[in-house]
Amino acid sequence: MDLTLKIWRQKDASSKGQMVDYKVTEISEHMSFLEMMDVLNEQLVNSGEEPVAFDHDCREGICGMCSMYINGEAHGPDRGVTTCQLHMRMFKDGDTITIEPFRAAAFPVIKDLVVDRMAFERIQQAGGYISVNTSGNTQDANSLPISKHAADEAMDAATCIGCGACVATCKNSSAMLFVGAKVSQYALLPQGQVEAIDRVQNMVAQMDLEGFGNCTNTGACEVECPKGISLDNIARMNRELMKANI
Amino acid sequence: MSGFFKSSIGRKVAMALSAFFLMFFLLQHFAINILSVLSPDAFNEVSHFMGTNPLIQYGLQPVLIFGVVFHFVMGFILELKNKKAQGVAYVKNNGTANSTWMSRNMIWSGVAILAFVVLHFIDFWFPEINTKFIQGDWSGTIEGVEGFRYYEELTHKFVSPIRVSAYVIAFVFLGLHLMHGFTSAFQSMGATAGRKQRLQNIGKAYSIIIPLGFIIIALYHHFNH
Ligand code: HEM
Ligand code: SF4
Ligand code: FES
Repeated sequence: MDLTLKIWRQKDASSKGQMVDYKVTEISEHMSFLEMMDVLNEQLVNSGEEPVAFDHDCREGICGMCSMYINGEAHGPDRGVTTCQLHMRMFKDGDTITIEPFRAAAFPVIKDLVVDRMAFERIQQAGGYISVNTSGNTQDANSLPISKHAADEAMDAATCIGCGACVATCKNSSAMLFVGAKVSQYALLPQGQVEAIDRVQNMVAQMDLEGFGNCTNTGACEVECPKGISLDNIARMNRELMKANI
Repeated sequence: MSGFFKSSIGRKVAMALSAFFLMFFLLQHFAINILSVLSPDAFNEVSHFMGTNPLIQYGLQPVLIFGVVFHFVMGFILELKNKKAQGVAYVKNNGTANSTWMSRNMIWSGVAILAFVVLHFIDFWFPEINTKFIQGDWSGTIEGVEGFRYYEELTHKFVSPIRVSAYVIAFVFLGLHLMHGFTSAFQSMGATAGRKQRLQNIGKAYSIIIPLGFIIIALYHHFNH
């Protein structure tokens, strides 16, 4: 298929960017979105132009590195997939596709479609861990009984890959789905209880410090999240923070 | 605890608490107003009680004023903070793909309600304050009207088709505000409201019945005079 691409080009963090039009031809519907971008970049390199910078790593939907706001949606129009898992069969011959970087004051553009998501890293460092000694004396897994329900919910929360689609989608650039997932993953398990109070307080404080917005419960994040992280995780984080303050 | 209400989540909890209070207030306001359709005498009696009871006048009334002001001031603060968090706007943003119009426009439905609240204060609250607190007339009666004055004053206000239209439009916005707001407030308080069908149904019922009820009351008095 032949496509027109409208892509955000920005030389570096301090330059002003703008949308630039490109044409790509003979794109197979079996390609992933990133492969389509590779075709474009090959074309640009061959004609001596600067290729479009974009983030990617695993290309199998597990690392959370790829981003892109495609036709007005984080990771594009498909559901439950990252951009690397988005297939060109979601588009039609002759389509115009608008491609922008994830937007949020806390996610500044580094170049073209690449944004700085270190804010997530700093939130994790503020409390997204448990402090245990793992030096060779591993406990028997059955010595800490955990209900199936709690284990499932913790596992669901733990599938968050930290891609930032929730922030990019949210009209308030709120990071509460991400932080909610990271808080929940430990809040549901006995191993997480020791540091529970400090964890939620410190992670929320860091989230606020980074300049993310406030949740309005629109639910857009949950729809666009490639891992289907549920809004219930935000509710759980709110409960955890209330508990921590009582 | 003071740190809590300075956090993003604390602000949301404060917003939800003020919203719960307003939704409860709305319920009792509706219960009293519907009496004006069912029984003018009962409406007069209750209005006189509400308007002269010291506990309500000096206790609950200031709380209500505070609740209303707090809710919209906090609404504006959150909106400003969220705007700042957004950074550069998208060239193309497909909001309808993942969220409702109501949830994305709480500030605009809120502003419409605020405009109504101002009009409503000019219509009813300022005259009451003037009569009772400035002129010192707590009798609830007026020359030329038999019994209490409240029913008479109410029906008089709904003669003008312009005012009635303004009220009706405002109640539509109130319904839109609550259509998202009801479940949102529960979610902010940590309830998994989105999942619990029952809460969602109650929210829908509340946000349709209450505003529609107010509309019917306004239209009833308009066409009955
Ligand atoms: C009787 C009148 C009102 C009622 C019953 C009401 C009710 C509600 C409810 C239930 C919520 C959801 C709370 C939450 O998400 O936690 C809400 C949110 C909101 N209200 Fe109101 N409201 C009223 C008037 C107003 C007014 C006058 C404004 C003025 C601007 C306003 C602005 C907002 C905003 C901006 C939000 C969303 C805050 C956010 O989630 O970011 N509301 N309201
Ligand atoms: S919650 Fe979903 S959208 Fe947000 S960072 Fe995690 S995986 Fe990405
Ligand atoms: S490149 Fe790893 S998730 Fe897309």
